Amino acid sequence: MRRASQYAALAAYIVFLAFPLVWLLSTALKTPQEMALADPTWIPREPTLANFTDAFGEQDLVGAAVRSLGVALASSVITVLISLPAAYAMARYRGLVNRIAIGWVLVSQVFPFILIIIPLFMILRDLELVNTLPGLVVVHVTFTLPFALWMLQGYVRAVPPELEEAAAVDGATRLRSIVKVVAPLLAPGVVATLLFAFISSWNEFMFALVILQNPDVMTLPLTLVRFTGPEGVARLGPLAAASLMATIPSLIFFAIIQRRLKSGLMAGAVKG
Amino acid sequence: MRIKSALAAAAVVALAAACGSGGGGGSSSSAPSEPVKINFLSLAWQKESVAANKQLVDEWNKANPNIQVTYVQGSWDNVNDQLVTQFTGGTAPDVIHNDSPALSGFATDGYLLDLKDKLPAELKSDIPQAAWDTVTFDGGKGEQGIYGVPFLQESQVIIANKKLLEASKVRVPTADNPWTWDEFSEAAKKMTKDGAFGVAWPMKSPVNKTLNLALTYGGTFFQTAEGKTTVKVGPEEREVLQRIHDQLYKDKSADPAALGQGTADPLPAFYKGKFAMLPAGVFLRQQVAEQAPDGFEWVTLPGPKGTTAQQGAVSQTLSIAQDSKHADEAMKFIAFFLNGPNQAKLAKGDWLLPTSQSAAADPAMTTQDNGWDVATASAKNLVVAPFLKVNGFDEWKNKVATPVLQEFYANKITIDEVAKRLVDEGNKVLERYQR
Repeated sequence: MRRASQYAALAAYIVFLAFPLVWLLSTALKTPQEMALADPTWIPREPTLANFTDAFGEQDLVGAAVRSLGVALASSVITVLISLPAAYAMARYRGLVNRIAIGWVLVSQVFPFILIIIPLFMILRDLELVNTLPGLVVVHVTFTLPFALWMLQGYVRAVPPELEEAAAVDGATRLRSIVKVVAPLLAPGVVATLLFAFISSWNEFMFALVILQNPDVMTLPLTLVRFTGPEGVARLGPLAAASLMATIPSLIFFAIIQRRLKSGLMAGAVKG
Repeated sequence: MRIKSALAAAAVVALAAACGSGGGGGSSSSAPSEPVKINFLSLAWQKESVAANKQLVDEWNKANPNIQVTYVQGSWDNVNDQLVTQFTGGTAPDVIHNDSPALSGFATDGYLLDLKDKLPAELKSDIPQAAWDTVTFDGGKGEQGIYGVPFLQESQVIIANKKLLEASKVRVPTADNPWTWDEFSEAAKKMTKDGAFGVAWPMKSPVNKTLNLALTYGGTFFQTAEGKTTVKVGPEEREVLQRIHDQLYKDKSADPAALGQGTADPLPAFYKGKFAMLPAGVFLRQQVAEQAPDGFEWVTLPGPKGTTAQQGAVSQTLSIAQDSKHADEAMKFIAFFLNGPNQAKLAKGDWLLPTSQSAAADPAMTTQDNGWDVATASAKNLVVAPFLKVNGFDEWKNKVATPVLQEFYANKITIDEVAKRLVDEGNKVLERYQR
């Protein structure tokens, strides 16, 4: 009985999660007339691919997706490469500098990014990074880094120092114990951080809007918004078709990487 | 809006920072043989409109190898945030598509070029003065300048279900002889039967619609005396508010379900015959033409008139950035882009009204198909919306007028309370902008 109710709850949760995606698919396949029905249908009566041909015909969605993918991959990898050693240092070495650093990371999270956008834009302009994808990567890394650091620091803390001490007792150097003992245990944390950084960059709109002005370098969110007009009026069909295509790369990325998101590696590692 | 205000504040901070950095960027004039490059930020988004824009840019580029225009597509929802940053950073596009309410602030801050002395005579004379009034602002130095070329305008019409309209046997209004508000109310009452309502008022964003229609009774909502602008809600302003309210709660001829909806949201119910008339901007005809089920017949009727048929107008505009290094070339491009035949193409693509008089005479603008004749004829009633030049209007609209009007139309407060709040709270907002 209890099991059945658990399954029911799980099924309800899956429906809740899948609903937007299914609705997106349904809308993408509908004609304008069917979209305007007072009693909406789940399954399109006369499915059409016209929304897809419109979306792909009018905008360079494939090019934009490739650029978005490049920016998101570069930003997430760089974010993790920088934040991993920093997080280790923050978690393991307690001191004044460390406390100040952690405080600064927290403060940076409450700072409204809208206040930073213009000075940042000017810095990028002086570095001749406006209108370039590397410029956008730099910005995405800068803005994901504090939270990634915070996240990873928590994972490092969760690895008991006793494990490293045990490795040291066995003759491992500090570097070796980090590489052989700590790093494998941090894998789920690294994957979670990678995912967070990837999704943040993949969806990011405001910085891209301001930094990228040349149509040849625009990313996916900037391309999707072209199907919308003023006051929330939008060309729903092509927008749904384009949005559906935009979710696919991140879904694939998730599917590939989520298997690494397992926990419980440390079960029984340290006996009290 | 909050984002915009924050950006504006940030712009001031950043500008101060920029002064310290020495400004940078001396103008490097290009070699004579090199083509001049112009960036054109366009906000066109409808399929036909984007196609028309791209086609005109292509035509220009082919005919003018020395002045090459790059078409950059932006978005209405974010354009002002984008522009604040780019103006401050000195990287704004040369030619900027926007709407007239947004120009006032940018002109005052010195980001837009005054086009007064650059406009070709032909373009100037083809567009009526009422449209030029929508883009004439104080450029921050106490002098009136022209900060954009107005090219598309929107008027309010009534989109009606033809079958229900004919069944009610009311007089069908024409552009020359529109309904009075009394006739409109009567017609709505007659069409309210068999479970269907006469009219629907989607009032999720009630301010612009109410203020534009209020002009039919001379309601301006703002008055300026001795250089100070204040809010006024007198008998003229109350008239239209009360009439809409009466349709909802006295006559019960307006569909209450539509009240909280956005402009296009009631359309499915409209196609289903749940109500007969939908007062809306002319652009909504595009969605009706595209979405209406087979066999559904609809007509475009002119908006009702009170003591006048006047409506407030805002314009879509093309402006030139103050920092543009190729202002003369940009002006040449604008003059081509907005000539009569081209404006007709753009207006057709966006289902809006051209400001160009020669474009308005284009057969595509006067055909009876999809109500173009009625829509185009309504342009003669457009006058500059009085709120357009009120400093602080945006904040008044978002913080005061929107919630107050929403509460009024939802029958939660009386018209006296509306008047009191619009004036008292509104004047406090305006005062801050006039210090």
